[in-house]
Amino acid sequence: MELTATTTIRKPAPQVYAFWRDLENLPTFMAHLEQVRTTGERTSHWTADAPFGKDVGWDAEILEEVPGEKIAWRSTGNADVPNAGTVRFVPAPDGVSTEVHVVLVYDIPGGTIGKAVAKYFGEEPHQQLDDDLRRLKQVLETGEVVRSDGAPWGKRARKEFPQRPAQPLSDAELAKGADA
Amino acid sequence: MKANTWAGRNKVEVRDVPDPKILNNRDAIVRITSTAICGSDLHLVDGYVPTMQDGDVLGHEFMGEVTEVGSGVDQARLRVGDRVVVPFPIACGACAACAAELYSCCENTNPNAGIAEKMFGHPVAGIFGYSHLTGGFAGGQAQYARVPFADVGPLKIESDLTDEQVLFLSDILPTGYMGAEMCDIQPTDVVAVWGAGPVGQFAMDSARVLGAAKVIAIDKEPYRLQMAEQAGHTPVNFDEVDVRSRLLELTGGRGPDKCIDAVGMEATHGSAHIAAYDRVKQAVRSETDRPHALRQAIMSCRSGGVVSVIGVYGGLLDKFPAGAWMNRSLTLRTGQCHVQRYMKPLLERIERGEIDPTRIITHTLPLNEAEHGFEMFKNKQDNCEKVVLKP
Ligand SMILES: NC(=O)c1ccc[n+]([C@@H]2O[C@H](COP(=O)([O-])OP(=O)(O)OC[C@H]3O[C@@H](n4cnc5c(N)ncnc54)[C@H](O)[C@@H]3O)[C@@H](O)[C@H]2O)c1
Ligand SMILES: [Zn+2]
Ligand SMILES: [Zn+2]
Repeated sequence: MELTATTTIRKPAPQVYAFWRDLENLPTFMAHLEQVRTTGERTSHWTADAPFGKDVGWDAEILEEVPGEKIAWRSTGNADVPNAGTVRFVPAPDGVSTEVHVVLVYDIPGGTIGKAVAKYFGEEPHQQLDDDLRRLKQVLETGEVVRSDGAPWGKRARKEFPQRPAQPLSDAELAKGADA
Repeated sequence: MKANTWAGRNKVEVRDVPDPKILNNRDAIVRITSTAICGSDLHLVDGYVPTMQDGDVLGHEFMGEVTEVGSGVDQARLRVGDRVVVPFPIACGACAACAAELYSCCENTNPNAGIAEKMFGHPVAGIFGYSHLTGGFAGGQAQYARVPFADVGPLKIESDLTDEQVLFLSDILPTGYMGAEMCDIQPTDVVAVWGAGPVGQFAMDSARVLGAAKVIAIDKEPYRLQMAEQAGHTPVNFDEVDVRSRLLELTGGRGPDKCIDAVGMEATHGSAHIAAYDRVKQAVRSETDRPHALRQAIMSCRSGGVVSVIGVYGGLLDKFPAGAWMNRSLTLRTGQCHVQRYMKPLLERIERGEIDPTRIITHTLPLNEAEHGFEMFKNKQDNCEKVVLKP
């Protein structure tokens, strides 16, 4: 499965590039990631968030990096869900913003994990990546992922409707956090 | 705390809900001292805006005192104890739309941007108390509200103006003003305003402040037309006269130079068969909006004129007079108000006495009586023009 998405961020390309190149930042906006840990100059270990597949993890390596312009990576070894990605950073015509163009490729397996992943992406797989990029834009332009009462859980703000009502959360609800 | 909530179609209910808390670093909590009911709330209550949920806290026109600020709020701009009016669109101040002062199109403040994008092609900003399509933010018909990006939008009131004088800077005064501003008014212009509700009244006052030669008010509620007339505008009752002929009479056959639609998607119509056509289509949801005022504005406007739309439309409409629009070189302008753009200059106009926003307030009720307020405002009872609620 190949997903593409793009957004424009009102920050210069070197800054957007640097944020992405620090792969440990990816889970702040990518809903399917729990954690990315840097393990070497070009290598890292990625852990999936529960809705994507519990206990799913894989190693990845950077294949290509052109500072301020492009990063390409792929999973290595025996990944449960072999995947690869490319992101390009292109200065926008306004002279201040950066276009971010992302391509992700997933090799979805059979079995339970494949089912979980397929369920995660749902009927409109590109929506997940669109939402990821919206959050990236929020983080870079405003400092954090924006929360509302109806969608209070940041990157766990799933697209489904109905949501919780647009009404303040109780202490208990706040303490409990998002449903996995 | 107490809050007025949406309880299904045609039903609002004041309920006990949890107090709001800081969820983002740049949030503030505001203790609300005054809040109001808006024509936009009627679209929600009447069931014409999708994605409302039982329990959603209503209200997007409110002001009060800051009781708490998040760690990321710029203290030079906002502190605990400040008295603020809160603009209804939530804007981040940092995206390209905000940089262009298109605050109601802010690209970052709607966590449900994906839903909005499906309906509108591109997302729109978050709005307080105005469906999940615009973010699912609890509104301000309540004792307290959480205000995101509190150091961007809220306007500090440092003079001793009353709540009633400044409350409408949150929405309807800037909205009426933007409606007039989009008309690019010249001293020779006759400006016609459809709708003598609160928004229409402020569009009329703004048209005059911006120098229009004559301002015409179109509605069917005699008391609303009378209110407009008392403020110096020329009334036209669409229940009693044919609007287009009357407008031709009033303009020597030219038609108004500029036309403002301050009615929106729930317009009523003098001509029964067209009204019935739209009501049926709207009821079966094959058309979401009843655009009588907009159609009439386009047909009435002089060639080369401007039709400025501040009445809210939600989705799709039929029989849009594209031929009149195109062949007669009309300009159509519109938008949810970019309130933040107008708050300071309009505050100055209020301070100088050029605009008196209090003239439209007919009812002040405790928040507890919100349901009664909605009923009066919706059904035009007791000469109701604008309801202010006191939490
Ligand atoms: N653009 C914005 O940012 C913005 C902000 C606030 C409100 N609004 C919208 O402005 C509109 C007016 O708001 P309001 O608070 O004044 O509401 P309101 O319901 O009090 O006023 C609407 C008025 O229009 C009249 N009307 C109905 N059909 C008409 C017709 N065919 N011709 C002329 N008049 C007609 C009604 O009698 C009523 O007096 C609503 O659609 C509201 O949602 C837009
Ligand atoms: Zn309003
Ligand atoms: Zn913005």
